[in-house]
Amino acid sequence: MILLAISLSLILEKVILIAVILGASLGIAMYSTWAERKVAAIMQDRRGPMRAGPFGLFQPLADGLKLFMKEEIIPAVSSKFLFVLGPSIAMLMACMTSAVIPWGPDIPKADGSVISLQVADINIGVLFIFGVVSLGVYGVMIGAWASNNKFSLMSGLRAASQAISYELAMGISLIALVMMTGSLSMREIVDQQHGFWANGYFTWNFFKQPLAFLIFIVCAFAELNRAPFDLAECESELIGGYHTEYSSMKLGFYLFSEYINMFISSVILSSLFFGGYNYPGMDIVAAHVSPLMVSLIGVMVLLGKAICFIIFFMFIRWTIPRFRYDQLMNLGWKSLIPLALFNMLATGGVILYFFNDK
Amino acid sequence: MEIHQVIFWILSLLTLSFAVGVIMSRSPINSVLFLILTFFSISAHYVMMNAQFLAIVNIIVYAGAIMVLFLFVIMLMNLNSDTEPQKNFLVQFAAVISGGALLLIFVAALKSSFTGLEGKDINLIESTDIGLIKNLGQKLFTDYVFPFEIASVLFLSAMIGAVVLGKKDKVLQAPK
Repeated sequence: MILLAISLSLILEKVILIAVILGASLGIAMYSTWAERKVAAIMQDRRGPMRAGPFGLFQPLADGLKLFMKEEIIPAVSSKFLFVLGPSIAMLMACMTSAVIPWGPDIPKADGSVISLQVADINIGVLFIFGVVSLGVYGVMIGAWASNNKFSLMSGLRAASQAISYELAMGISLIALVMMTGSLSMREIVDQQHGFWANGYFTWNFFKQPLAFLIFIVCAFAELNRAPFDLAECESELIGGYHTEYSSMKLGFYLFSEYINMFISSVILSSLFFGGYNYPGMDIVAAHVSPLMVSLIGVMVLLGKAICFIIFFMFIRWTIPRFRYDQLMNLGWKSLIPLALFNMLATGGVILYFFNDK
Repeated sequence: MEIHQVIFWILSLLTLSFAVGVIMSRSPINSVLFLILTFFSISAHYVMMNAQFLAIVNIIVYAGAIMVLFLFVIMLMNLNSDTEPQKNFLVQFAAVISGGALLLIFVAALKSSFTGLEGKDINLIESTDIGLIKNLGQKLFTDYVFPFEIASVLFLSAMIGAVVLGKKDKVLQAPK
């Protein structure tokens, strides 16, 4: 019996890559919590975390330790299995999306083959991301229902309807992008944005599809359940929303998965619209340094763009007040979806009349 | 046995046991969760047949959207066991008869789809690129464009119907 013909070194490469990516996402998410509090503090003229370590840099560790040490309470009348399943799904779905993101240019090996900095280059990468995002809402819904609490249930319903409404606009805005690039593979989309300027125009998709980017980023806020769309955990109406009944590390999982999601969606935004690991003058740099350095610089550029997006997410959270529920639905169904449809039609028309080679 | 046959049998076993779980579990929430797992294992079957696009669309549409709505409705229901309607014997009998008839039709359809294929060696692994999105799109927009458009008109009418149903309340309340 012959098993799958995959070399051991490839499996080893992928395992190391997955471990590094997961470790890096967890680390960046951890320090996002610190950065969020610092950004909030600066915007409100406070000082933020100061006590634990220099500039409060050990604060995330202290927070994690605190969450681990807290007593775990499971409501007596809820379904215990589903109660634990909720935060687990939230965490799992947050970590899964990173599999199809190309983190950097290939690293050439001595024998001519390459090490790919992407876990899986599947030909439906964009749809894979979309699928995982659409499953992410189950974590909130199952946890909210299993809490056996009216406020949690309300929050679960809000989260579900919000996720479904905004997924539509997100999908349609991505269709316009995919029509332009002609591929659903993340690697292909990023490679098409090589450099910064080619054939008399910018190569980055942001400059070709600004409207799609606008719709996508608004929907990303909504899918992340982040302010100004955080109606699911609206504390002035619903106490804590879906995590009202949660304590200890299960609460930590919910809160933490939001930060992982924020990091991953920042990476997706920079890959789809801002060139991923491409940067102006990359060919000049590539001619002067070793291939390994080229890959490392690419990864750093991608992470730099992602961090800019994370800070942007934070600025928005501390600037714009929360939407009312009807405003949220109106924005989703009556503004974003028609806009996305218009964008799709316009893109189709432009491709048909100006870029039709046949 | 080849490796893909081993995977096929494991997947089939999983699919069937999840499907049985849907109808056996007492709580509707558990039923819905089992149904989601069933969709996942069906998607895995699609991946085995190299139809990645179908697999992911199955997950996005069914597991990601339709089942969320199912869960949404079930969460709003009062799930106490004393409010559960007791079905009488006649209804149960009729349900068994109609369910059995449906099963008979499925089995017959499955059996007739194999006629003419006896003795032929069907190897799905070698013969398929059709499930990839490029080939699927070309087939859909050339050979099957008419049924495809008809289906889209059907969806549009369903959407308009839903909007009309949703608006009905407002119109009735307006003259007050």
